[in-house]
Amino acid sequence: MLSKRFGRLATGTLAGAMLMAAAACGGSGSGGETTASTAPSADSSSAPAGGALKVGLAFDIGGRGDKSFNDAAYAGLEKAKAELGAEIKELSPASDGSNRGELLTQLADAGYNPIIGVGFAYGEDIKKAAEEYPEIQFAVVDSASNATNVTGLLFAEEQGSYLAGVAAALKAESGHVGFVGGVENDLIKKFQAGFEAGVKSVKSDAKIDVTYLTPDGDFTGFRAPDKGKVAAEKMYQDGAEIVYHASGDSGLGVFQAAAAAKKKAIGVDSDQRQTVKETNLQEVIMTSMLKRVDVGVFEFVKAFQGGAKGGTDVIYDLKVDGVGLSTTGGEIDDIADKIEAAQKDIVDGKITVPTKP
Amino acid sequence: MPAGLFRALLTVAGAVAAIVLAIGISSVAIVAVGASPADAFAAFLNFGATEKAVSTSIADMLNRAVTLFIAGLAVAIGFRMNLFNIGVEGQYRIAAICAAFVGSTFVAPAPIQITVIIIVAAAAGGLYALIPAVMKVTRGVNEVISTIMLNYIAINLAAFLVRGPFAGERAEGQLTTSTPVLPESAWFPNVNALLEMFGLPAPRGDGLWGFLIVAILLGVGIWLVLERTRFGFEVKASGLNAPAALASGVDPKRMVISAMVLSGAVAGLIGLPEILGDEHAFGSNFTPGLGFLGIAVALLGRNKPAGIAVAALLFGFLDRAQGPLQFADVPPSVITIMQGTIVLLVVIANEITSRIALRREERRAAQALGRNTPVEVAA
Repeated sequence: MLSKRFGRLATGTLAGAMLMAAAACGGSGSGGETTASTAPSADSSSAPAGGALKVGLAFDIGGRGDKSFNDAAYAGLEKAKAELGAEIKELSPASDGSNRGELLTQLADAGYNPIIGVGFAYGEDIKKAAEEYPEIQFAVVDSASNATNVTGLLFAEEQGSYLAGVAAALKAESGHVGFVGGVENDLIKKFQAGFEAGVKSVKSDAKIDVTYLTPDGDFTGFRAPDKGKVAAEKMYQDGAEIVYHASGDSGLGVFQAAAAAKKKAIGVDSDQRQTVKETNLQEVIMTSMLKRVDVGVFEFVKAFQGGAKGGTDVIYDLKVDGVGLSTTGGEIDDIADKIEAAQKDIVDGKITVPTKP
Repeated sequence: MPAGLFRALLTVAGAVAAIVLAIGISSVAIVAVGASPADAFAAFLNFGATEKAVSTSIADMLNRAVTLFIAGLAVAIGFRMNLFNIGVEGQYRIAAICAAFVGSTFVAPAPIQITVIIIVAAAAGGLYALIPAVMKVTRGVNEVISTIMLNYIAINLAAFLVRGPFAGERAEGQLTTSTPVLPESAWFPNVNALLEMFGLPAPRGDGLWGFLIVAILLGVGIWLVLERTRFGFEVKASGLNAPAALASGVDPKRMVISAMVLSGAVAGLIGLPEILGDEHAFGSNFTPGLGFLGIAVALLGRNKPAGIAVAALLFGFLDRAQGPLQFADVPPSVITIMQGTIVLLVVIANEITSRIALRREERRAAQALGRNTPVEVAA
C-alpha cells in the first residue's frame, strides 16, 4: 500500500503533466467538429449502394478549423456534396496522430470511395491503405502519387507566389520586401522561388530578406506565431515594406508584426483578409496567395465520378485557377492590369517560374 | 471475510464505481455539445460490420494497449519507490531513434537482429534515465524537475537526429523525414494467429503486433522482480518509508540509481512495437506523448503490472473509438474527457477505499483488544 502523500503528489504531477501536454497541443484540439448537415452513416457499412457517391476525407492533426489549408479542403468536400450529390464524411485523427492509418481503413470499410488524405503526413499511410484496398481510389494533398490507385493533388505554388512577388514589388516603393517560410523544405522553397522571381521581374535590384522558422523535418515552424513575429519584426526594422509568409499558423505572428510596424503583409493558402478574426490584422493583409485546395478536392471527386483512375499527379496551376491572388480589400486593384499581364504570360508559357530558389 | 479478500473486493468495487461515475460525467459533456450519449456508447462498442473490420478493430485496440502497457510499467517502477520519472517521454524517444538507427546499419538473422535492437533501446533509455538519477544522488536535484527538462532536450535532440545524422533516403517529393528503413530481418512478425484462434480473419494492415508477446513477458518479469526478489522488496521498502529502509540496510543511492535506470530501460521499449511492427523506421510521424499517457495508465493500474494491463486495455479500447465516434457525429474529444475523469475518479476511489479498509482494521483491532475506542494501526 502506498502512502497518502504519494497519491496526492502523483495526482498533482499527473495534472501538471496533462497541463503541459495540453499546452503543447495549444489550440490544435477541436479536431472533431462535425456538421449538423452530415447524415450519420455508421450503419451503411458493407456494400455501398449502386452508383451512390461516398467521399471520405481525413484531416491531419489539428487540421479542421485552421481557417486556411484544411478548411479549404473541407469546402471542396462540401461543394462535392452540393453539386455532385455526394455523401461525405470527414475524420480527424487523435491528437498524437497515432491513428491516421486506422481512419483510412475505417473509411474504406464503411464503403467510402474515393478517400482523400489532407496533408503530406498522409503520404505513407495512403500508400499502405491503397495496397490494402486496390479497388478504392485515394488522393493525397501535397504529396506525390505512390501507388496505382493514388492521385497526388499538387499545386503550382511557385506560380501564385510569382504573382505575389509582382504585387509586392509594385507596391514596395523602396524595393525592399521579405519572405517568411515555415519549414525549410522543398514545398516551401517553391513559394520562395516563385516570390523571388516575381519580385525580380519588376525590380531586378530589389532586396529580398528570407527567413525560415525551422529546418527541414521540424514541422513546428508551421504553428509558431511567436517565431513568425520575431522573424517579420526584424525584416520590418531592416526596412522591408511588405512581407510574404508561407508558414501556416505562424503567419499570424507576421501579421502582428506588420500591424505593429504599420506595414503590409501577404497571406497564404486562403484569403486571409477574410479568415483572420482580428480586424486590425485584416487591414495589413494586402493580398493573399490562394492555394485552391477546395478546387483540387472538388475536381478530384468530379474526375472520379467521371471514371478517372489514379497513379498520377494532378497539378493545379494558374491555368485552372488552382492558385492565384485574392483581391479582398481592393488594395491591389490599381495594379490589377500588371498582375493579369504576368498571369497571362505564365499561362501562355512565356514565363517559366522556377520551383527552386 | 479475510482482510486481503475484503480489500481486493473493495478495490474492484471502487474502480467500477469510478468508471460508472466517469460514464455519467462524460454523458453530461456529450449532451452539452449536442450529441447523444447513446450514440456515443454505441460507437465505443461498434467494432465494424464485417468480421474483417472487427478483427482489425481488435488489433488496433490491442496494439495501442501494448505501447501504453509498456509506458505504464516504466512509470510504475519509479512510482513504486516514490520516484517520479516524468522523463519517460524523453527516454522512449531517444531510445526509439537510437534503436531504429542502429537496427538499420546491419543485417543479421531475425532473432539476433531484433534482440540487438531491443537491447540498444533498453540501454539508450536506461542511460538517459541515469542522468537525472546521478543528479539526484550526487546533488539532490529533484527528479521531477530534471526529467521534465531532459524531456525537452530529448524531444529536440530526436527531432534533430532524424533530419540530420540519422536521416535516411527520401523519395522524390516526400516531405517527411525518417531513419533508414530497417532490413526485413528486423520486422517483428505479427501474431495474427492469436486472432485466428478465435475464428477471426487476419486483420488489415500490419495486423496484431508480435511485440504483444514481449510485452506480456516483460509484465511477468517486472512482477517477479518487484514482488518476488530482494531488489523488489527494497524498492517497496524505500518507497513506503525511506528512513526505515535506510536503517535496515538499504542503500538509498543505489536504489535511486537502479530503479531509475530500470524505469528508463523499460521506457526505451515503448517505441519498439510501432517501429518493429509497423513503421520499420523512426520518422516525423512517430507517435509522441506516450510517456505522459503512461503516467495516467500507471496511476489507474495502481502501479501493479496486472492493474496496468487492465488500464492499458481500457485506454486502448477508448482510443480505438476515435473513428467510430466521428461516424456517429460525436466529437472524439469525448475520449480524452472520459480518460481524464476515469483517472481522477479512480485516484479518489483508491483514497476512499483505503480509508474504509483502514477503519475496518482499526475496529477489528479494537475488538480484539477488548476496548471501545479505536486503535491506530498502520495501513
